[in-house]
Amino acid sequence: MKGFIIKEFLQIFRDYRSMAILFGIPIAQIMLFGFALNMDLNNAHIAILDRAKDAYSIEFSNKIASSKYFILDQNIQSEKGIEASFRKGKIKEVIIIPKDFTKKLMNGEGADIQVIADASDPNTASILVNYTRAIATDFQQSMQQNLKEIPIIIPQIRYRYNESLKSVYMFVPGIFTIILMLVSAMMTSISIAREKELGTMEILLVSPIKPVQIIMGKVLPYVMLSFINATVILVLSYFVFGMPFNGSITLLLTEGLLFIVMSLALGIFISTVSNSQQTAMLLSMFALLLPTILLSGFIFPIENMPVILQWISNIMPSKWFIIIVKDIMLKGANFMDVWKETLIIISMTLFFIVLSIKKFNIRLSEN
Amino acid sequence: MNNAIIIQSLSKSYGDVEALKNISIDIKTGEIFGFIGSDGAGKTTLFRILTSLMIPDHGTAEVIGFDVVKDYKELRKNLGYMPGQFSLYQDLTVKENLNFFAGIFKTSIAENYHLIEDIYKQIEPFKNRRAGKLSGGMKQKLALSCALIHKPKVLFLDEPTTGVDVVSRAEFWEILKSLKQQGITIVVSTPYMDEAALCDRVALIQKGAILTIDTPENIVSNFHEPIYAVKAENRHKLFEDISKFEATKSAYWFGENMHWIPKENFDEKSLENYFNMLNYNNIYIQKISASIEDVFMELMIK
Repeated sequence: MKGFIIKEFLQIFRDYRSMAILFGIPIAQIMLFGFALNMDLNNAHIAILDRAKDAYSIEFSNKIASSKYFILDQNIQSEKGIEASFRKGKIKEVIIIPKDFTKKLMNGEGADIQVIADASDPNTASILVNYTRAIATDFQQSMQQNLKEIPIIIPQIRYRYNESLKSVYMFVPGIFTIILMLVSAMMTSISIAREKELGTMEILLVSPIKPVQIIMGKVLPYVMLSFINATVILVLSYFVFGMPFNGSITLLLTEGLLFIVMSLALGIFISTVSNSQQTAMLLSMFALLLPTILLSGFIFPIENMPVILQWISNIMPSKWFIIIVKDIMLKGANFMDVWKETLIIISMTLFFIVLSIKKFNIRLSEN
Repeated sequence: MNNAIIIQSLSKSYGDVEALKNISIDIKTGEIFGFIGSDGAGKTTLFRILTSLMIPDHGTAEVIGFDVVKDYKELRKNLGYMPGQFSLYQDLTVKENLNFFAGIFKTSIAENYHLIEDIYKQIEPFKNRRAGKLSGGMKQKLALSCALIHKPKVLFLDEPTTGVDVVSRAEFWEILKSLKQQGITIVVSTPYMDEAALCDRVALIQKGAILTIDTPENIVSNFHEPIYAVKAENRHKLFEDISKFEATKSAYWFGENMHWIPKENFDEKSLENYFNMLNYNNIYIQKISASIEDVFMELMIK
């Protein structure tokens, strides 16, 4: 019994990879949770359409822009500009100040301002709206000292793209991304690791078959399976959750296919660095799945994260895919709106394919 | 081409462990060459180097004219390899496995059926069974079929008969002999010393070094020391006492009997006297002619 326990310890300590997973990943997770679970929003980009353009409206604009929560990204000149700036994806909220803003304030009638928030991420949207409300109230109080009447600002809120703040609109793209990633990457990595474990890789290697052929042979079946998977999820999200399909389904499926190929390439890369099915599985689970959930903007808004984590989120393929899916499904974006994200995923795909072919060992590894 | 395989001062280490120490062997075209050695002797490492799966630290090896490091691509088209571990897809059927391996060598079962016909006929009744569900002997036959399907010029079989029953082992060696008729050079490793007699030439390998290379007949006829089979009632005591005996050069178990090789100038008389002194009853001592296993045991004890 004692000998057995000693043996177990020796095995654990000699396997550096499981050591890393055992100790490194939990630490990383705690750090990520600690930082990412911060629901405060800073530096959200907003736009203001100021119809009044008088002293008070400008003062109000400045007050909003100078708060640490918002960055005034642009001053929009007309109604049309609202849609355009939302489409770009950077602007999270637009505030419209009406022509009669100052007059109504002076008369104590209650001045309406219109607040339009991008609610494709409902949490962010409602937080932003609350900040706006608070700033408006603050502005009222500061004006009270100079005026006889009590000025009132009444924010009229409108949530764009997800009027009812349904979080399913946010979760479906996220889950869609995660399932595709998980199935694709995990399955390929495990299946290649299995070849190594069962010794069949030895026979494959002594045959004239090329690494490229082995990799393609592994990838293609999973491309098909995952594509079916993707279609099923989309159909379910439409009929069960009532997800809107505002954009082109063909575009969405094409982007999905691209993301699948990316995940498969990633899976193969994982398998080239793992010798057993278990390592492959743990690697895909911890190194892939959790960062995908935490850092892709699926659950925690990327804007909330410390700058370093925001940078890291940029190398998460899932972040870009979630943006694409949301834009196409909710905002009805066309290819020209998402070409940048698409290009990023394409380059990631190429990167992983080249890397795994390079890393693919034409001989047995010696350990 | 007289030599199918030319191995020159090949060495390989894993960290501090020397798996192969400066090995040089020539293996002739068309012979069955056996590497005999216990587990950890270096057989698998040698096979992996010869099949281009590993790179040696020092030395060179040429298999059918191809360098195992530089010309691995050409070499891989022409060699058949059966690893020690059963390495087929357990979840595929017999037929599916064979088809798969024919496929990756860009050939078909039909094209080279004559090569595997004798073997495949024996497993054909089970062709729709999963490979994982076959018996040990069947698995080996299937693995051999898969290794042969592309008509290799040289065949490497790493411990093909380990864990296989006696009848299947005999059958397997019959198959190897018939393959030899087809002109295929066969390199086989085995921990079973009795199988050495079935090879054309053998090399005894221990701790990464070659102890001897010759035909089984020469190995036996070059061995001149007298050997005695000894039997007594108490096996444990017999071994203890015989080991302590000053005239003992070597003693080891050989099945039921103890085989005893005396030092020079001693013979069975001295052993009998020794036993009488220790009050042994019912002692059986018989001079025997050395088998190849005796020679190996003797070489390995040295």
